[in-house]
Amino acid sequence: MNLARKDVWHNRGRFALTTLGLGTLLMIVMGMGGIYRGLTTEATQLVDKVGVELWVVQRGTRGPFAEISRVPKTLVDRVAAVPGVAEARAFVYHTIQRLRAGKPLRASVLGLDWPTDKGEWLPLSAGRPLAQAHFEMIADRSLGLTLGERLPLGKEIYTVVGLTSGMSDPAGNGFLFLTLADSQAVQFDQSPEGIRLERQARRARAEQIDLGNTQPTMLERAAGPGSQLPALPPNQISAVMTRLAPGVNEAAVKATIDGWADVSVYTRADEAKMLLMGVVERSRRQLGLFRVLLTTVSGIIMALILYTLTMDKLHDIALLKLIGASNWVIVKLIMQQAIALGALGYAVAWLLGQKAYPYFPRRVILTPDDLLMLAGVVLGVSVVASLVGIWKALRVQPNVALLG
Amino acid sequence: MRNAAIETHGLTKVYGSGHTEVVAMRDASLCVAHGQCVALIGPSGAGKSTFLTAVGLINPPTAGRILIGGRLVMEGPRALTNPRTFRRKHIGYISQKANLIRFLTARENVQVAMELNGESSRAARARALELLEYLGVRERAAGYPPELSGGEQQRVAVARALANRPSVILADEPTAALDGPRGRQVMELFRRVAHEQGAAVIVVTHDHRALDVFDTIYEMEDGVIRSGAAELSAASTFSGGKARP
Repeated sequence: MNLARKDVWHNRGRFALTTLGLGTLLMIVMGMGGIYRGLTTEATQLVDKVGVELWVVQRGTRGPFAEISRVPKTLVDRVAAVPGVAEARAFVYHTIQRLRAGKPLRASVLGLDWPTDKGEWLPLSAGRPLAQAHFEMIADRSLGLTLGERLPLGKEIYTVVGLTSGMSDPAGNGFLFLTLADSQAVQFDQSPEGIRLERQARRARAEQIDLGNTQPTMLERAAGPGSQLPALPPNQISAVMTRLAPGVNEAAVKATIDGWADVSVYTRADEAKMLLMGVVERSRRQLGLFRVLLTTVSGIIMALILYTLTMDKLHDIALLKLIGASNWVIVKLIMQQAIALGALGYAVAWLLGQKAYPYFPRRVILTPDDLLMLAGVVLGVSVVASLVGIWKALRVQPNVALLG
Repeated sequence: MRNAAIETHGLTKVYGSGHTEVVAMRDASLCVAHGQCVALIGPSGAGKSTFLTAVGLINPPTAGRILIGGRLVMEGPRALTNPRTFRRKHIGYISQKANLIRFLTARENVQVAMELNGESSRAARARALELLEYLGVRERAAGYPPELSGGEQQRVAVARALANRPSVILADEPTAALDGPRGRQVMELFRRVAHEQGAAVIVVTHDHRALDVFDTIYEMEDGVIRSGAAELSAASTFSGGKARP
């Protein structure tokens, strides 16, 4: 006769409620682990999925993710000319926040180097890659945009032609993929009044110098579009993504480009490390700490529950001793209940999580290894938590059964 | 005594110390043979339950010796055997208040005692039902203790005490919750178990109507046990029946 099962069955309502409570707590522990894993995955997924070997950024910076990097677009051609480089693409990356249906829409805009890069490498869950140089975009599902939806950005309207899943930046913002030109148009968009004021300011500066007064065309130029002024640099890009030809020594190409005085070069591993150790480091540690604390709290709560359950049946335990039950029978009774509570709580956590995690604002990734590790921790905590109850149960004397 | 199932020599139990010291049992010596059914009577606070829990290896005495089946099991407060294992194998204990495990049914309460003693689940279940049938609570076998009346609970407790065919049965006011006929039936059951199975039975009771079923009656007062022979006439007087030699 399994006494633990009999006791659980007899008090099934109470046990079910306790399990539900513990399961909810464990769901948060499990979710916290999933968010932790999601954070680290999101932090490095772009670097991983783009699939390039080298990132060429502004000298002395740790761009383009950990900090701002600005390099001229001509750098793409310079890098492409280096022996061993199979492909060089411009990389533009910035964050926007706009209103959509009265709610803020926060997204990371990533420029694709059309026509070289149409977004074929993206894991599309619906739609297609970009098919034209302008006014199309691929959006991540987390942004809530739908296929065919038209979204005004800057002075233009962009149509969603493709959808990705789980493509978000280290801060959890979903990605919008536009062509490089469109992404820069969005990034450097100015209001007409702003443009007029800037042109007027340039003309006023030109009027203050002799050259401006003696050369009337210069004044005209100064008041014209910035793109027609040779003295002003064109819009810059964030970095150059470099894919190497097969069999090429990565270190040798890196050393060549690193020799240039205006750029720094990082490998994919360097970028991933910078993201994990820099951009998301505090969040990662915070989540890790919360996870440990929550697990500890769960353990304490489990111990309290098991202690209370044991105290409630102390008379029955004394009675079992009175009729000759060995300590092992008592230990089994409490420990089996503890393990059952932990196992069922874990199952409830998993089931609840399947329903709840998709609604979490951050991505929750449950890996088999993490689930297995948590199962082990819950099992360990269950056993340890039962020790207080066991200690109390082993101390009770059989004659307690004869009192009152 | 030859063939002694229970022997106690100079059992003394002292609670507290100094000016709070209370002597609950003083130099209590008793010998009960196999097959003998003995009643222990006396006023409340006389030390009867203390004596019974000492012999049941539940509450060790401060001094004295206890032998069960000729084997010294307790010397002073020191147990010379594992009390729980010994109790499981050799002693059936029935307390004044029906003490049943709340999360087990009536049948399981009886069955568990046998399973703890190594009986197979199937055999234990069958015997549990037999005992419940015998005690008239077979139809309540699936009921949990709170669903049973006080008398039914007590009969289940008696069934549990008899489950492992113990050589010693100790019962503390077992009929307190039973009506007259049912109480007498239980007392007669104890006598039959003693006579047929050779068990030594000690019953603490206030129920003088059933004293005639006992072989010997002892009286305990102020922690001291008087000899059984001396009490026979008193028992006859209480019960109005004939004392047994």
